[in-house]
Amino acid sequence: MTEQTTGSPTRNHDWNSEQFRKNLARRRRGEIVLRGFGLAAIGLAFLMLAILLWTLISGGAQAFRQTHVAIEVPISAELVDPANPADGNYRTVMRDAMQTTFPDADPSELRALAGILSNAAQFVVRDRVVDDPSLIGQTVRINVPTSDPYDQLNKGNVDIDSDEALRRLDDTDIAAFKQLQDEGRITLPINWALLTNADSRFPELAGLKGAIIGSAYALLVCFLISFPLGIGAAIYLEEFAPKNKLSDVIEVNINNLAAVPSVVFGLLALAVFLGWFGMPRSAPFVGGLTLSLMTLPTIIIATRAALKAVPPSIREAALGVGASKQQVVFGHVLPLAMPGILTGTIIGLAQALGETAPLLLIGMNAFVTAAPSSPFDAATALPTQIFIWADSPERGFVARTSAAILVLLGFLVMMNAIAIYLRSRFERRW
Amino acid sequence: MYDMNRVENAVGQDEIKISARNVQVWYGETHAIKDVDVDILDKTVTAFIGPSGCGKSTFLRCINRMNDSIPSARIEGEIRLDGEDIYDRSIDPVQLRARVGMVFQKPNPFPKSIYDNVSYGPRIHGLARNRAELDEIVERSLRDAALWNEVKDRLQEPGTGLSGGQQQRLCIARAIATSPEMLLMDEPCSALDPIATGQVEELIDHLRQDFSVVIVTHSMQQAARVSQKTAFFHLGSLVEYGETDEIFTKPQDPRTESYISGRIG
Amino acid sequence: MTGIAFAMLLTAALAGYMMNRRAALALRDGGQRLHSLGMFHGMYAALAVLVPAIIVTLLWLALQSSVIDAIIMSGLPDGATENVDTGMVQLIKSEIHSIARGRVFGTPEPWKIEAAERLNALQAMAGWLLLAVVALISAAALFVTRRSVASEFRARQAVERIIYGLLIACSLFAIFVTVGIVLSLVFESIRFFQMVPITEFLFGTSWEPQIPIRADQIAAEGAFGWIPVLLGTLVITFVAITISVPVGLMSAIYLNEFASPGFRGIAKPLLEILAGIPTVVYGFFAILTVAPAIRAWGAALGIPVAPNTALAAGGVMAIMLIPFISSFADDALSAVPRSLRDGSMALGATRSETVLKVLFPAAIPGIVGGVLLAISRAIGETMIVVMAAGLIAKMTINPLDSVTTVTVQIVTLLIGDTAFDSPKTLAAFALGLMLFIVTLMINIVALRVVRKYRELYD
Repeated sequence: MTEQTTGSPTRNHDWNSEQFRKNLARRRRGEIVLRGFGLAAIGLAFLMLAILLWTLISGGAQAFRQTHVAIEVPISAELVDPANPADGNYRTVMRDAMQTTFPDADPSELRALAGILSNAAQFVVRDRVVDDPSLIGQTVRINVPTSDPYDQLNKGNVDIDSDEALRRLDDTDIAAFKQLQDEGRITLPINWALLTNADSRFPELAGLKGAIIGSAYALLVCFLISFPLGIGAAIYLEEFAPKNKLSDVIEVNINNLAAVPSVVFGLLALAVFLGWFGMPRSAPFVGGLTLSLMTLPTIIIATRAALKAVPPSIREAALGVGASKQQVVFGHVLPLAMPGILTGTIIGLAQALGETAPLLLIGMNAFVTAAPSSPFDAATALPTQIFIWADSPERGFVARTSAAILVLLGFLVMMNAIAIYLRSRFERRW
Repeated sequence: MYDMNRVENAVGQDEIKISARNVQVWYGETHAIKDVDVDILDKTVTAFIGPSGCGKSTFLRCINRMNDSIPSARIEGEIRLDGEDIYDRSIDPVQLRARVGMVFQKPNPFPKSIYDNVSYGPRIHGLARNRAELDEIVERSLRDAALWNEVKDRLQEPGTGLSGGQQQRLCIARAIATSPEMLLMDEPCSALDPIATGQVEELIDHLRQDFSVVIVTHSMQQAARVSQKTAFFHLGSLVEYGETDEIFTKPQDPRTESYISGRIG
Repeated sequence: MTGIAFAMLLTAALAGYMMNRRAALALRDGGQRLHSLGMFHGMYAALAVLVPAIIVTLLWLALQSSVIDAIIMSGLPDGATENVDTGMVQLIKSEIHSIARGRVFGTPEPWKIEAAERLNALQAMAGWLLLAVVALISAAALFVTRRSVASEFRARQAVERIIYGLLIACSLFAIFVTVGIVLSLVFESIRFFQMVPITEFLFGTSWEPQIPIRADQIAAEGAFGWIPVLLGTLVITFVAITISVPVGLMSAIYLNEFASPGFRGIAKPLLEILAGIPTVVYGFFAILTVAPAIRAWGAALGIPVAPNTALAAGGVMAIMLIPFISSFADDALSAVPRSLRDGSMALGATRSETVLKVLFPAAIPGIVGGVLLAISRAIGETMIVVMAAGLIAKMTINPLDSVTTVTVQIVTLLIGDTAFDSPKTLAAFALGLMLFIVTLMINIVALRVVRKYRELYD
């Protein structure tokens, strides 16, 4: 200890002195400020989440109900051929129906009243008759959807006291509707059409069936391609790949692929699948193919993590009894890793379900009024349907967009719930 | 290694620095420290020995309230520093820790320069009024930690670039830079090679001139080499406490005897 | 026809499996000692049938329609495709296709009907041909593998070699994807740069991709300088990052250092919900709620605010990025060894001093990596800006003005009809190439920084 040359300098601090107490108080304030900033930041994020969800729920809830009006429809055999009920003259049937329902109205009043019905009311009647041809020759009371302005009126979205000129409905329209309400013809049932109809120009008829089926086909294709490929790639990289340049390149490549903007995958699909291979536009098959390229890195990364989590002792035990490396991997390691792989796959598919941009580029924003019957038919997907509706000017589509988003979020919540369940149910502690 | 007579005199004269009474510690449901009473003297090296998991480190961390950061930990009883209850509401753990420094098992220099490592404590506690004073504190602390000659030309280089023994001495310098009254050392040599251990032990013996030093150690040889008082912990209880040479030559408790002769550990 | 081909393939594979297995078992029953189990002899046959046949089928299906189209179009009568632009050719092609499917509009020229008939015939022929090829391959594989069954044949090794090859192919597929991206972008971009000089694209300050309907219209050329588009992207990215980084970092610090385990257990999943919401939802939120709110504030303060402000798009993008940055920073802070935290606390530092002066500087590399990845995401984010940002490219850095971004231009240029020969369409690929290059470079740097950081404390 030759360095001790400074001797023993004053070491005693009076910790209770004014100076130290002030300093301590300042530091404590700094602590509170940082805590406050942190809480404020989290609060801001939660506030945004709350506003977002509130906007969607308050705006979308209305679209889960649809105003209907009950009318008396005389279905005469002259207008509808019992042999071919789908091809009847339903336009005239509807005119007769208005007359039957409102016997006292003069022609101009009838025209105004007809505006209450959806333009597509005749198709509702047609579908009823096609389902039950015995109705021909009878007069039936049928609930048909009202057109969008009256739907909005019934849901209280029209300010009756505002300037008449600025409204889509004038005072006589509103009075006519009031009268129907008084007669008990107006109902507001649950809007199953939102799930059972395909897209339509008319908000009161537009539904998500085509989009849901389109998304389901796309996800199915995406799963069938990315699941086996992803597991194969992950097994190779985790269990077999030699430590060399090529393995490094593949590894870096997969990590980068996971961060490539989704719109670039759309460009790839457009140029290669549609341009070079001549695959059909707007088809869920091509959509699924594109999404599978984006899901692949997610599945590979999740699978590798799941494989890594299987302890080496399992491998050593199986190798020790003379199994080959592949028998160990496929017979022991892979089954043990499966819950983790499935969890990662479901999360990857949930991401794919919400993906929009690449589907727009391959034309899955087409206006298609029938649900696709195969993965090769033109169709939309849930997110692209949301995009189309968000772009539509009719007021009824605003609520429907929110409702469609709620449906999409519902599917996402469901998928994530399954993933969480799988993880907690099969999670092993080694 | 040190002058036995002088030590015995010193122990006889020194006043009580820490006085612990009925200290109990629970981690959740585990009763980690049971009813510990101990008086730790000023300007003395006190060694805590015992098998692993016996609670010696836990008790050490009670003295500067490092257990506060563990949510499940619960402490009862009283620990007085110079007669002040350190678990009293009026005591700020932040200030307490400036008065009771601590050195850890593994050297843990911050990823900053050597200078910034040593000046960290004085800076946050506002111990220097200007740069010159700060320089002086840094130099004095490094000299006291027997590191000055090795690092004086590279104070701005990162502390993580030093060797293991140098890093641990840097951590000691960092701890004494706030001019603490006590220094707690939690197995400070367990991650060091024998040469570095020797240097740190020499340093500990030297630090006794100014501080009350408590050292937790696994090595009975180390306890015998550096300490004047020794406390033997077993299963959370303080079994025996006394002069180091007495503990090692004529232990009173059969458990102490078994541990020292290598039958439990 | 494809269905039949696949059914035949599966039958052949199954037959090969049974046949070889039985042959192997017969050898064993005859007293020979087999090197491999009968099962592996069977699997060897099945794989030998399936692998080459499936590869051929997939290639065939991928190329079939292009080849047939080429044959049809080259077989059209002279003059039918001359002196018309490619859009017209596309139209003729799709008309022939719809006639072939039996949907006839009006009265098409006879040569079109003839072409449609030839199309149907070719497609039928291609189907039969595929069937024949698959049958041939299956038969050949069955024959060869059946002869290989012998006691000393190492069927298990052979099977494992095939599977090993398949596994390698799976991991190489990821490389093919990248190569496909690069090739398609570069290929189409080169065609674009043949029409528009690359210097004009890279350094031009005017972006007006509208192609005139008549040649004598004003601005007949269209302008393809991407600088204003890039500028708009940077403005929105800047807005998004300046909001999301402080908020994300602060929430990570709070969650990591101050929050009780219970609060953390609730807050972290809630934040992850924000990260899991599809971007099209954020886009709708931007146009429905955020943009009107910003307009209202602007009006209240008397500041002129454009309808599609960069602020609205960037702000909503920031909401999306908060959980991303927060979880990256949280991981980075958690990765700092506990001993540093203890060291600082033992010196009497408060929690905030420990975070700001020790943990945060130590975690900086990891956090920087996360912020870089967030920037790359913001640049490549599409739906929010497509819905909430503008379409007109302007040379402005005012966040209250309306700007457009690279991704917005890509989508708007490609939505609707896409003929692969107008500079308008190809410009989207050039933009895509730039987007890919920029984000790739950021990603590589970011991933490297993150990996270095992990190694530092592992």
